[in-house]
Amino acid sequence: MPVVETDKLTRLYQLGDETVRALVDVDLAIEAGDFVAVMGPSGSGKSTFMNVIGCLDRPTSGSYRLDGELVSAMDGDALAAVRNRKIGFVFQQFHLLDRLDALANVELPMIYADADKKLRRERAKAALERVGLGTRLHHRPTQLSGGQQQRVAIARALVNNPTILLADEPTGALDSRTSVELMALFQALNREGATVIIVTHEADIATYARRVIRFRDGHVVSDVRQDTPADAAAELAALLAIQEAAE
Amino acid sequence: MTLGDAVVSALDALRLHKLRSALTMLGIIIGVAAVIAMVAVGGGAREQVVAQIRSLGANLLVVTPGNITQGGVRLGAGAASTLTDDDAAAIMKEVPTVQVTAPFLRGSTQVVAGGANWATSVYGIDLGWHEAREWEVEQGRAFEPDEIARGAQVALIGQTVARTLYGGADPVGQELRARNVPFRVVGVMAKKGQSTFGQDQDDVLFVPLPAARQRVIGRNMTNARAIGSLYVKVRDGESLADAETDVKALLRQRHRLQPNQEDDFSIRNLADIAATREASARTLALLLAAVAGVSLAVGGIGIMNIMLVSVTERTREIGLRLALGARQGDILRQFLFEATGLAVIGGAVGVLIGVGVAFGVSNAAGWPLLIEPQSVVLAVVFSGIVGVFFGWYPALRASRLDPIEALRHT
Repeated sequence: MPVVETDKLTRLYQLGDETVRALVDVDLAIEAGDFVAVMGPSGSGKSTFMNVIGCLDRPTSGSYRLDGELVSAMDGDALAAVRNRKIGFVFQQFHLLDRLDALANVELPMIYADADKKLRRERAKAALERVGLGTRLHHRPTQLSGGQQQRVAIARALVNNPTILLADEPTGALDSRTSVELMALFQALNREGATVIIVTHEADIATYARRVIRFRDGHVVSDVRQDTPADAAAELAALLAIQEAAE
Repeated sequence: MTLGDAVVSALDALRLHKLRSALTMLGIIIGVAAVIAMVAVGGGAREQVVAQIRSLGANLLVVTPGNITQGGVRLGAGAASTLTDDDAAAIMKEVPTVQVTAPFLRGSTQVVAGGANWATSVYGIDLGWHEAREWEVEQGRAFEPDEIARGAQVALIGQTVARTLYGGADPVGQELRARNVPFRVVGVMAKKGQSTFGQDQDDVLFVPLPAARQRVIGRNMTNARAIGSLYVKVRDGESLADAETDVKALLRQRHRLQPNQEDDFSIRNLADIAATREASARTLALLLAAVAGVSLAVGGIGIMNIMLVSVTERTREIGLRLALGARQGDILRQFLFEATGLAVIGGAVGVLIGVGVAFGVSNAAGWPLLIEPQSVVLAVVFSGIVGVFFGWYPALRASRLDPIEALRHT
């Protein structure tokens, strides 16, 4: 069963006198456990698609089912609950709260799930360990590198066991080596069963996905399955080997 | 988001900008502190006035000899001895609402007993004194009627005089001299405390009125039956104002004053004084409420201002929280708690400072301190209401932010 299923999904904006057709009649289905890259130039509708899929925005018409639930018909508070339980966001700018340490940042989604303090601690700790930051639980974002900050953000996205992991240009603020590291982490999480959807305009990043969907002018213009996606972990190992050889 | 999490989160946010939070609270702090201090000091002062008026005796008119005009020259109050024993007796006899009159003469003198001496007030009184002033003899006995009539050389002393002249010894039966005139102490008065004007009322010597007049104070008085002042006690339940009118009419008639002549006496009504003080206390309370209202409003606007700034600064945080699953209500509550926290903490600090100031003022002025718990609770609760009221709009703005726009905010 697909976890994301859209039917004639349309999103129009009114910009002055002009109607912007950000998404037009998009029919898509994404299966559980898939790794999808959503691509397209700016203005193609990929960001709008991500916002609608992430339940931050509502379609003008058409329907969207997430995990079998018809979320396009839900009101604000119900959508907030869906975002909380079913969607793990990763943003280009990390969006960590500087005044909180890594652990507290990761706990944040569970606060809105009314989880009790002890459970929150345990699960936040486990999530941070999962992304390789088990030794930096009490570091503040300002004490962490960009890659580490994004790992904290990924831990935060994972902590409520979401149905989909939704990443918007997750490597956009990182150097290429850190980007590969991060993609290795996404691939590992995907192998463990997570459904990953990455919105990106970088072709390099899309090579790690199993399926690449391209948007243009609000329409899906191509939808390609990559049976042998690039292996980020292997590339990273190769990179390290080259570096060691050079030294 | 649970209530506990919301409170912790609000306090965290306030702690992050300590100086800003403190400055924002300042308006509320000053307002609440001023009100608490003034209410406490004012309440204490009022309590003291009421107690003092009560200590003087209830339902009392004070008649004093007034200004007279002789050949166009106006003499000041008390310059002439226009009041006499006979006036007192006539008032007692002819004004039915009067319970008792207490004519007296007052002066000061040096009192000597054994090796000790002491300057004190001396009062010539008659039997009506105790009833009018509600001031009884505690030890020994009061004057006998015939002692008053013949001006016997007997004395009653206040507790301060008893202590000063006799130390711990029993003064009753002892002899003392005032202006070289020997008096035998027959009793010690009950303790009365401070007067309305801050005098020690127990620092006093009482002798029969004729004795005072002839031997101690009034030796050079022109009128042999003159008295210094007159207390008129009105019966319980009778109107003080009516009694005052009657006494005034009677005295004018007795003093043969023409309608165009001014009174040669004056009457003060302690209930009037009390009522005036009450009224001014009420006015003061209203004024305080206005000051409190204004300063709390100003403080509240300060809070609103800072909360609006805070909402703008934290737009991305709000967007993030919304993306992570915060409902609008969660965001509203978060900012409302911060605003209310500012106001309530400000109110609590204001109460502490206000109590401290009141304590200092009452210590310095020697007033009793009266801090009503309900005014403290009211101040804090009211601060909270101010926080909610002025925090509502910024919080509403925060909660209505569009998550997509908010996340993009730089």
